[in-house]
Amino acid sequence: MIGLILRRLLTMAVTLLIISALVFFVIKLPPGDYLTNRIMELRATGEAGSVAKAELLIRQYGLDRPVWEQYLIWVGLMPGPAGFSGLLQGDWGWSFEYDKPVADVVGDALWLTLLVNVTAVIFVHLVAIPAAIYSATRRYTWGDSVVTVLGYVGLAMPGFLLALILLFYANRWFGLSIGGLYDASLTNRPWDGEKIRSLAAHLIVPTLVIGLGGTAAMIRRMRANLLDELAKPYTVTARAKGMAPTRALLKYPFRMSLNPFVADIGNLLPHLVSGSVLVSLVLSLPTVGPLLLESLRNQDQFMAGFILMFVAALTLVGMLISDLALVWLDPRIRMGLR
Amino acid sequence: MSALLSIRDLAVAFRTETGRFEALHGLSLDIPRGKTLALVGESGSGKSVTAQAILRILPRSAEISRGQMLFEGPDGTVDLARLPEDGPAIRDIRGRRIAMIFQEPMTCLSPLHTIGDQIGEALRVHTGADRRESDARTQEALAKVGFPDPKRALKTYPFELSGGLRQRAMIAMALIMRPALLVADEPTTALDVTTQAQILALLGKLQDETGMAILLITHDLGVVANIAHDVAVLYRGRLVEAGPKDEVMRRPGHAYLQALIEAVPRFDMAPGERLTPIRPARATIPPTREAPPLAGPILQVEKVSKTFTLRAGRLFASPRTVRAVADVSLTLRGGRTLGLVGESGSGKTTVSKMVMRAMPPDGGRILFDAGDGPKDVHALKGDALFAYRRNVQFVFQDPYASLDPRMTVRQILSEPMEIHGVPQPKRRERCRELMAMVGLEESALGRYPHAFSGGQRQRIGIARALSLEPRLLVLDEPVSALDVSVQAQILNLLKDLQQALGLSYLIVSHNLAVVDYMADTISVMCRGRIVEEADRATLFRDPVHPYTKALLAAVPDPSLDHPLDFAKVTGEASDPARWPKGFALAPHESGIMMQVEPGHWARYRSEAERNAA
Repeated sequence: MIGLILRRLLTMAVTLLIISALVFFVIKLPPGDYLTNRIMELRATGEAGSVAKAELLIRQYGLDRPVWEQYLIWVGLMPGPAGFSGLLQGDWGWSFEYDKPVADVVGDALWLTLLVNVTAVIFVHLVAIPAAIYSATRRYTWGDSVVTVLGYVGLAMPGFLLALILLFYANRWFGLSIGGLYDASLTNRPWDGEKIRSLAAHLIVPTLVIGLGGTAAMIRRMRANLLDELAKPYTVTARAKGMAPTRALLKYPFRMSLNPFVADIGNLLPHLVSGSVLVSLVLSLPTVGPLLLESLRNQDQFMAGFILMFVAALTLVGMLISDLALVWLDPRIRMGLR
Repeated sequence: MSALLSIRDLAVAFRTETGRFEALHGLSLDIPRGKTLALVGESGSGKSVTAQAILRILPRSAEISRGQMLFEGPDGTVDLARLPEDGPAIRDIRGRRIAMIFQEPMTCLSPLHTIGDQIGEALRVHTGADRRESDARTQEALAKVGFPDPKRALKTYPFELSGGLRQRAMIAMALIMRPALLVADEPTTALDVTTQAQILALLGKLQDETGMAILLITHDLGVVANIAHDVAVLYRGRLVEAGPKDEVMRRPGHAYLQALIEAVPRFDMAPGERLTPIRPARATIPPTREAPPLAGPILQVEKVSKTFTLRAGRLFASPRTVRAVADVSLTLRGGRTLGLVGESGSGKTTVSKMVMRAMPPDGGRILFDAGDGPKDVHALKGDALFAYRRNVQFVFQDPYASLDPRMTVRQILSEPMEIHGVPQPKRRERCRELMAMVGLEESALGRYPHAFSGGQRQRIGIARALSLEPRLLVLDEPVSALDVSVQAQILNLLKDLQQALGLSYLIVSHNLAVVDYMADTISVMCRGRIVEEADRATLFRDPVHPYTKALLAAVPDPSLDHPLDFAKVTGEASDPARWPKGFALAPHESGIMMQVEPGHWARYRSEAERNAA
């Protein structure tokens, strides 16, 4: 088991390194970068002071060096103008757009992103699992059809549209301020009770909107899986033993049908981050989605690079979690390791 | 004494897309206390439906449309047919008063839960026992059904056990509450003969100890002859015959039972005697074609070995290896049939895969002679390999899984010809020929596999194998997934085709009677080695090796005059270390094959020991 984790951590490190190279070179592919564009702009307007500052930044981040050297400096495998100072050392770089270190710009957005998305994931499971069980055990009944229709509506509804509708009514009925993850008046306050309460209230709409599509999809898949498992002989065995139907269902077919979902955790996390960009924009959530979009557009390379690396790391961690959970859940996989 | 369960006028109907379909039309049957009643019939006769109806675990699409099932419980008589579906009353009876074991012990146990958990569950459900108590009782139950290490077994998962042990676990689960009635639905059909005999012996022993009644559902008359007290025969949802075993089996009044007996291969068949299928099939056997004469054998397997490496789990552990096939040599002459017999895990399927070139051997050679001299199969390349593929074809065990449900029969039959470049008009003509050969209507070419029964699908599988006019067919358990009523048809068809087309067969099976019926020479495999080989006439009548003897002793014979000797079927014979002196082999020893008489070879430990013995 420990061997497995060590092996996996090692492959994760290698994978991250490869991804970092891809990310960096892809961002670098378009001609020019933020600073050279900016310097040309500044020269045209003749602001000598700003030009000097920009040139300083270029030297500071080694942007005058060959691309592969820039990459190694960014990762922290080669000493830059300021010595070893890259991702590996915890220096996430400089956001030219905001003129601040990336860490300061991203700051709260990182954990708020995680918060919104983890809440959405929990919501998806809490709603989808009972709905799928209900629907599978009452196949082709009235209740099943209702769940199915609602599921299709959920799948078909564009997230941003639902977001706008919900925002409107949340504001009208509950007086919730529009947009953001907490009331705008609390922006510069430390995290005290009032701000956390405001956060909790503002989480509801994004959770619903982001989770809806996933919930609908999960109900459909889980229902299909359960129906397969319900027809399996071991389910009959459990009934023949005299088990109550619900208990038998949860212990045997339900547990069997969980595997694909556990295996999916790894894909779920990054998908939620990138998939919620549009909704985040509409709801003006201070998450990393909109930041990523903006930084890619402006060729704000360190910022974009960092966020992409963050998503990549999240994916790998998610996959590790799902693999470990599968090992724990399924003895067939556990024994296969021996 | 009144019956434990009296079934009166029971009818079960299924709702299908084409309307209502009645599977049981008014069955009346008494199951006496403490005895075994065998319910016999082919698939579709309604025997499994009866079992499911008793426990009220019928599929959702089925309902009991009329009749009674009066069960004598400790609190008086209950009509099982009237109890509410899945209600507390029937749940209290399930697992406690009436328990059930099923055909396929792998799929009937959850792979995610330990067998200790699953067996003890019946106890916890019915008595509210806690985990510690149920573990203790489960351990007792496992010991009683013959688990070698019951304490360790509590924590094992079904997939870690052999088929026989899984079925023992199922029995322990069914019997932990000491039910008055055990419903056993084909409990040994998925097991090989030696394991089957052990399970049957176990059921008999447990019945003596607990006094339970057994409703045994089976199509195997050999099993019936050996453990049933009474027999009831079902045919198309109706009871056609019932009574004590001796009366029914010795003087089968109904033609159907008579036909059933004659449709199964037996060891006492006269040479050249043909099986009589229950429903005769009409196949147009093509006129006899002379196969080109060969100087030597068509297939020669020379000292072939195969070792599988299991992945090492620990970081630096060395991988474990399993020797699946060790120095196996076989010879098959053109136009003849070679039977390869052994229990599951004996390596016989691995040998057939190596012959197919689906898997390379680690050592040894496989030589095939297509008329231009023997060639090493695993050294073939390019056109020669392509030609080999054409010459050697495979018939699979499972006719359901081996046909693509999304292809029509025509596409299935044409595909091999397409690959081998047979022109389109020729393909069409050949498809029609093939259908006639295997006794199917030409009009069936446009239909999909799901429209056919198991036996018909197997015919399609055979037709596909024949489409390229091969010289050698590898038959891997060709009838073991089929119902008795069609086994005879398929076996006779294979025999006729062999005769007409000059085919050579390599038949791999654990069913000794089937191999006996089909093969000219037979090789017996145990733990990856050939232990005995001889002509068909010699091997099963005059076996020398203890393993062959044990296999034969374990085959239940439908004749009441040759009962199984359950004391002899202990499973020891599968362990080379426990063979009698002269034959016994330690794990690293290989022994030597020595001639017993011309054409009859057996494996001894050494020449000296053989002469001494």
